[in-house]
Amino acid sequence: MSRSTHYFTGSRDGKRPSSGDALDKAKDHYDVVVVGSGLAGLTAANILGRAGHSVCVLEQHYNFGGMATWFKRRGGHVFDISLHGFPIGMKKTCRKYWGTSISDRIVQLEGVRFDNPQFQFNTTFTREDFTHKLVDVFGCASRTVEAFYETLRAMNYYDDDGRTTAELFEEFFPGRNDVHRLLMEPISYANGSTLEDPAITYGIVFSNFMSKGVYTFTGGTDLLIREMRAILARNGVDVFGRSQVDEITVEHGRVRGVRVGTREIRAETVVSNAGLKATIERLVAPDHFDDAWLDAAKQTKLNCSSTQVYMGLGPGEDLPWIADLFFTSTRPEFDSASLADLHGQSRTFSFYYPKVRPGTGRHTVVSSMNANWSDWADLSESDYAAAKARLEEDTLKALEVHVPDIRSKVTHLESSTPRSFAFYTQHTGGASFGTKFEGLRYSMELPQQIEGLYHSGSVGIIMSGWLGAANYGAITANKVDARIASLAADAAPSS
Amino acid sequence: MTHEEIVQAVKDIIHTIAPDEEIGGLNLTDPLRDQIELDSMDFLDIVMELRKRYGVQVPEDDYKELATLQGCADYLAPHLADHELVTNA
Ligand SMILES: Cc1cc2nc3c(=O)[nH]c(=O)nc-3n(C[C@H](O)[C@H](O)[C@H](O)COP(=O)(O)OP(=O)(O)OC[C@H]3O[C@@H](n4cnc5c(N)ncnc54)[C@H](O)[C@@H]3O)c2cc1C
Repeated sequence: MSRSTHYFTGSRDGKRPSSGDALDKAKDHYDVVVVGSGLAGLTAANILGRAGHSVCVLEQHYNFGGMATWFKRRGGHVFDISLHGFPIGMKKTCRKYWGTSISDRIVQLEGVRFDNPQFQFNTTFTREDFTHKLVDVFGCASRTVEAFYETLRAMNYYDDDGRTTAELFEEFFPGRNDVHRLLMEPISYANGSTLEDPAITYGIVFSNFMSKGVYTFTGGTDLLIREMRAILARNGVDVFGRSQVDEITVEHGRVRGVRVGTREIRAETVVSNAGLKATIERLVAPDHFDDAWLDAAKQTKLNCSSTQVYMGLGPGEDLPWIADLFFTSTRPEFDSASLADLHGQSRTFSFYYPKVRPGTGRHTVVSSMNANWSDWADLSESDYAAAKARLEEDTLKALEVHVPDIRSKVTHLESSTPRSFAFYTQHTGGASFGTKFEGLRYSMELPQQIEGLYHSGSVGIIMSGWLGAANYGAITANKVDARIASLAADAAPSS
Repeated sequence: MTHEEIVQAVKDIIHTIAPDEEIGGLNLTDPLRDQIELDSMDFLDIVMELRKRYGVQVPEDDYKELATLQGCADYLAPHLADHELVTNA
């Protein structure tokens, strides 16, 4: 069957018509179908494939990895989207669920720097250094700092006391907007949370993230995903791109499989790595849910989206050493929601020196901002183009302060907006980091609504980012494995 | 399996999950998490490995029973009575 006139999603430029049937080699039945190839989907698929189950991953895009992705541009430029940094826990997670060929490539960033009107310094992003900054630079009492850490460490998912992060900060560091900035800014960028989100989400993320440095993957996202695909293949997992799941099919309260166009692939278990909202609002017909549950689940709010500016330096161009990760702002005072302002004053820069892709000798810079879908969604094409041009210009101006001749070094300049993220992942509102805290509950309750249907992916603030997504994939894999084992036990003749 | 073999089985599994940890000196009665670095994800992995190697299902509500090696042996004994120890490949 030829579908050469059918342009698959992810081809807005219309240059990649899908030829042939992407699901040609797919079987009609699997133990597990995973919808989406984000890090949660891939990790769940790998664990389940390795455990001997028949597993298939269906990804609507032609590329794999979801937000963990990259793109190439003429002139030898390669840009990473979400490889700014992750916590040390990723090393262990990758070793356990993927193996040492991946975990051995995880290395610590050498430089993290802040520059804003309230403070300018480098940090190792370790507990020791944060203590040093809080005590010696900001003048906080070390007793208070220790008590703050202790409170965070003691927080766990089951005892949310309804406090906001702002209230937590006020309790320990009242009126210290500069301290709040140091403690919150990196986390707002990492998962889109704000001072108004529950303190519990802050506590859990802080304890994982701001404790032992920031880490990256040597070789770039392209190498990571290529290696993951090789491992999946060895574990017998079928992976298909250009396969848009249009529906998760359900029968008698139980999942039956997925429908891609006119083809249904059956499965005892479906893991949806699509966004939580897309899963419950678009992929499953509403009559399969309990009405009250669905109404409540639909109220789940999303985290923000992002904008990025990609700056590729020409071959032979050099960059002075600044940092690997640079948090900048010209706003006199901190306020976490304003990090997402349209044409705001705060942005991060990731400087990719040649060490990131050894052997290439190339430098790139990616600037990221948090962004609100509502600011970008309804712009006319011309206003949209103008807003992107302004974003690129503002970013170059901000970078010029630190690298005066940056304009003459950059040979490729491009930007993305919440619309780009929505387009490439189909996430509602282009959400970069899944849902607010309340979404975690609905994500985990999904199998109680529809037997055999699980959600896995960025959700609830605490389960987001590369580490959160991969770990959630492992948590889901464990549940799926338990279900398959109990189905097998039920089917076995009793002795 | 005997109690001793179950303890060995759990230690073998821990070794595959946390190869850098020294498991020779683990005692029976202190929580495993106080003796070596094991997080909640590691406990999930232990549960999954028990299912894979021995077909034993540990419901989420019972994870707390696995906090110590003694707890593991007591909890798993009825499930593993008819199983042979599987050694690490
Ligand atoms: C700009 C930006 C920067 C970031 N920086 C960092 C960082 O430095 N460090 C960090 O740890 N995290 C970072 N993150 C967050 C991190 O990338 C994500 O939290 C994580 O990658 C999400 O993984 P996931 O498994 O939830 O799924 P996603 O990556 O969201 O993937 C979901 C996949 O499902 C597919 N899909 C959806 N619907 C369907 C369907 N119906 N049929 C088939 N396929 C479907 C999508 O195409 C996509 O591939 C960043 C995110 C963004 C946007």
